[in-house]
Amino acid sequence: MIKRPEPVQIVKQRRDGVLRALVDGVPYIRFLGVTFERRGDELTAIMPFKEELIGNPMLPALHGGATAAFLEVTAIISLSWGMIWEDMESGALEIDDIDNITLPRLPKTIDFTVDYLRSGLPRDAYARARITRAGRRYASVHVEGWQDNRARLFAQATGHFVMPQRES
Amino acid sequence: MADKIKQAGQFIQALPHAKALGMELQELDAGTAAISMPYSEDIIGDPKTGVVHGGAVSALLDTCCGAAVMSHPSNPAGTATIDLRIEYLRAATPGQRIKARATCYHVTRSVAFVRATAMDEDEEVPVAMATGTFTAGSGT
Repeated sequence: MIKRPEPVQIVKQRRDGVLRALVDGVPYIRFLGVTFERRGDELTAIMPFKEELIGNPMLPALHGGATAAFLEVTAIISLSWGMIWEDMESGALEIDDIDNITLPRLPKTIDFTVDYLRSGLPRDAYARARITRAGRRYASVHVEGWQDNRARLFAQATGHFVMPQRES
Repeated sequence: MADKIKQAGQFIQALPHAKALGMELQELDAGTAAISMPYSEDIIGDPKTGVVHGGAVSALLDTCCGAAVMSHPSNPAGTATIDLRIEYLRAATPGQRIKARATCYHVTRSVAFVRATAMDEDEEVPVAMATGTFTAGSGT
């Protein structure tokens, strides 16, 4: 008998639930107020503007540190999500109880370089990461950050990461 | 000099993001700065170990580098980060305060060159090291 595809809402619920478990597990992401939107396996990070993110109150402009942190959070979550996605889709990840799910350890940043292209405006910021290489041990990630216009980046970053070793 | 540190300290406290992270200016001299940040649950990046997120360390290093630029004898009117590279040597020990120290080595008419390190209580091996370039003067 041919296996019928799972109903779409079940698939969505599972994917969104796992993403929520991944993001909500990190207190610092909550502190920054960063959230993630998902389209299939693609993630977009959103950092809604708030007063505490300001570095220069005169302009006002986002703090360079807040921008760096936002891009690094985007890189780490996107990298981890890529790993989890494979296990989630193959059924290797145990997800019967979404509230008590055991996710793999997060990748560790080796280095992270941020290019500040223009000053961050007091507005919501968005970011997307592209995994340029995902090896078993190391990964390279490029992140683009923008505000009002997708084509006008306010910051971009490149980072290297050590991947968590899978228990087997 | 004590007045200058106090003033600069107040300036850093007035930066909302630095304040949110509880940063405190410890030292300020011609082209050097030391700023510390307390451990808190808000900045945890790995919930399993309680280790601070790299992003919070970045914010501390960026602020410290900026302060070093501002204190340089060339007296830049303002500064903004052009580029900042951070290397994470090891995880910061949970519960410990992180202290950053930055030196601004050179300022041209438009650019300042800075290096910084971040330490916890174990000062043998830094937690992170940073290399950055910043704008200097009015031309941003």
